[in-house]
Amino acid sequence: MNMRVRFRFVKLGKVRFTSHRDVARMWERALRRLELPVAYTEGFSPRPKLSFGLALSTGHESMAEYLDVELREEPDIPAMPAQLSEQLPVGIDVTAAALLEPGSPSLQEDVLSCSWRIEVRDLAPTDADALVETALAAEELILTRTRKGKDVTDDLRPAVLAVRPVGPTLVGTELEAELAVHPRSVRPAELLLALRPGLEEGRVVRTAQWIWRDGARLEPLLAEPAATARLSREDPDVRPCTGTPQHAEERAGVA
Amino acid sequence: MSSLWPQLEPLLGKVQKPARYIGCEDGAQVPEHSPEKVSWLFTYPDTYEIGLPNQGLQILYELVNERDDAVAERSYAPWTDMEEQLRANGLPLFSVDTHRAARDFDVLAFNLSAELVYTNVLNCIDLAGIPIHSADRGDDDPFVAAGGHCTYNPEPLADFLDFVVLGDGEEAIGDITDVLRDTKGQPRKDRLRALADVTGVYVPSLYVFTFDGPRIASVTALDGAPELVEKRTIADLGDWPYPKNQLVPLTEVVHDRLNVEVFRGCTRGCRFCQAGMITRPVRERPADQVRTMVRDGLKRTGYDEVALTSLSTADFSGIDEVVGDIAGCGDISVSLPSLRVDAFTVGIAASIQKARRTGLTFAPEAGTWRMRQVINKLINEDDLYGAVESAFSQGWRRIKLYFLIGLPTETDEDTLGIATLARQCVAIGRKYNKSASITVSVGGFVPKGFTPFQWFGQNTMEELQRKVYLLRDELRRDHQVKLKWHDPKATMAEGIASRGDRRIGAVIEHVWRNGGTFQEWSEHFNLQLWLDGLAAAGLTVEDTVYRHRHEDEILPWDHLSAGLHKDFLWQDWRDALAEVGLEDCRWTPCYDCGACTGYSIEHVVASAVPPAGGSQGTGQRVELTLKPSVRA
Repeated sequence: MNMRVRFRFVKLGKVRFTSHRDVARMWERALRRLELPVAYTEGFSPRPKLSFGLALSTGHESMAEYLDVELREEPDIPAMPAQLSEQLPVGIDVTAAALLEPGSPSLQEDVLSCSWRIEVRDLAPTDADALVETALAAEELILTRTRKGKDVTDDLRPAVLAVRPVGPTLVGTELEAELAVHPRSVRPAELLLALRPGLEEGRVVRTAQWIWRDGARLEPLLAEPAATARLSREDPDVRPCTGTPQHAEERAGVA
Repeated sequence: MSSLWPQLEPLLGKVQKPARYIGCEDGAQVPEHSPEKVSWLFTYPDTYEIGLPNQGLQILYELVNERDDAVAERSYAPWTDMEEQLRANGLPLFSVDTHRAARDFDVLAFNLSAELVYTNVLNCIDLAGIPIHSADRGDDDPFVAAGGHCTYNPEPLADFLDFVVLGDGEEAIGDITDVLRDTKGQPRKDRLRALADVTGVYVPSLYVFTFDGPRIASVTALDGAPELVEKRTIADLGDWPYPKNQLVPLTEVVHDRLNVEVFRGCTRGCRFCQAGMITRPVRERPADQVRTMVRDGLKRTGYDEVALTSLSTADFSGIDEVVGDIAGCGDISVSLPSLRVDAFTVGIAASIQKARRTGLTFAPEAGTWRMRQVINKLINEDDLYGAVESAFSQGWRRIKLYFLIGLPTETDEDTLGIATLARQCVAIGRKYNKSASITVSVGGFVPKGFTPFQWFGQNTMEELQRKVYLLRDELRRDHQVKLKWHDPKATMAEGIASRGDRRIGAVIEHVWRNGGTFQEWSEHFNLQLWLDGLAAAGLTVEDTVYRHRHEDEILPWDHLSAGLHKDFLWQDWRDALAEVGLEDCRWTPCYDCGACTGYSIEHVVASAVPPAGGSQGTGQRVELTLKPSVRA
């Protein structure tokens, strides 16, 4: 009987310029180097059974990326973060691992929102305060984007669960935001566009991804009853948010 | 003298594929520079994805960094968007290892694998902030050097390169580094003169050419430089188990797998093939070393695919056993580039498809037996059909066949013979799979120096295009044959640089000055720039590309030597025209081509007989034998 192990990892520094697909391949190589009993797909071109949650845009950093790996037998889970970090490139460090309960929802299904730190270039903190205040007070934040050659209009407001200026940086102001993932994943750049067209993002860090259980916001790995191994890394920023993402209520009953 | 990373980092959000510029590969070195050390910047004049896997560059990178008195880093041609950013921000070409400016190195050394990258070479020199003409460089400028197969005719780049290395680089790199270390602080001119004494090193500025119409009238070596520059050849590949730490890139590149070179050189004697002529003799890596390099390499890199590379891997002694052993150690795909159909067997087919089926390409090169005798690719139709049957029976659904058009003495019958072969292969495939298909890839032949075809006038662009259309029309109703072809316009441009003399430098400079970089990328290739450049230099396509050379003519590379006797090549050219084939000298008596005898070396092969299967260039049926271990 195969089992699934969930890993949390960071993506920081130069390696942030690699793509989501590149990161997947780094993991495949690292898992092979460790000769872990990874389960493979059947068929013409067998691939290891890995499932990542939300893709992270090339160039963004993260304190909270997740990956579920299907294994044929149980590995030494507490030892895994250190062993894997050793095999992964500089800037990719595994910070926690846990065995998933059979039947646990996938990351794709489960994660409802993400917290971000977004540096906005050339924006004064006082201007940031005003922009954020206006945005949060607005009934709707209409954004037009091009999709498959057609203009699509979205209201971003329900997806902006929280946003607040944190303070000045060397090149601008840093914002903290929580953005919903459904019905589609809102990107930090879209938030900036909604605040004021022309704002340019600087350093962007995903600080957390969130799932909901019984009306409470939880980190995807800590929600698992099986205790996790943790490294002495910074934990994701666990600050209360001001909104509730779509589908959060219906997840209340999920075990 | 420090890292440009802080200035480069903000630009990376504005360019495509920023991972091209970050380095950080597994196996990358972080060398410590110091003024006493000789510093090399190995530069591949194409994108990171194309350049990173280059084994030659990686071997030299490791060898230099093993020395206490030298350091090496790597650089790749920035894509047009990055170049724009660099120029707009006043930033130079940089290394990906420590993001150091190219000008801070002692040598900017290019790998030249194809002619159409030449304009990128100029662009990289310019981006480095180095004068593009070697004559304009001073004592404080880095040396600009080149190695790789294209350096066997370095003349088109003679104005831009300070020195060129011919042949295997493993030993030469050390000798050159010694000279550069010992001459630090001396005038540039003296240092170049000293480099010219290193065997395998050609210093273009020490040779003067005069011309008579399209021909070369004379070549004069100055200042006692060698009249004939000989290539370098390592005697035993087993002494050089490199790269030991193959670079594992963080982003996807071509040939993204472990690559282990199983032998260097090839004596099949295909007359169109420059690689086979200039890399003689055959030097096999000991099979045990191959196994060790594969095993350790897979363990270290985490790759699940290994390519056993050479010019004709199925010729490796004991290939069946080695492939069987590798396939036996887990879910590993083995890819065998450059497979000869007469040595491809069911056993190999079964072994290499164990983990994941990789693409399969065979290169019959020509459509008729007559044509293949002319080019000395002595594989008969049964060989091809046997190999194709082996592959289809083992589950492959699509096979790629590679052909050349525009070969000497070619008739339309030969061209159409390609269609006949492809159709027959489809028919064989359909026995095993209804959707079996064949991809036919056709390239225009570009004659190269140091081959028997060096005298042959290249087919005109129009003639190549006509042959492509002839084939296309013939195959119009064959839906299971997919025809692809290399643009005859690009073939023509390759011909300009392939056999051009020193005067072609002005053409390359013209193309570059008018924005013609990345010419091997179809979206950037611009034939008009090349034609304008030729016109501006007072040259013609007819003289440079289409003209047959005369027996008594001085060729632009006659002052260089790949070991091959010119009279051997001339005789082989006459044999070609007489449709006479020449068997492989590994397993038959010596033809005295010069590549062994001239350098007192010889073939290093583990087996005195050809590997089993097919006709092996003998035109006869050779008994197929398979070791039980690979029948799995």
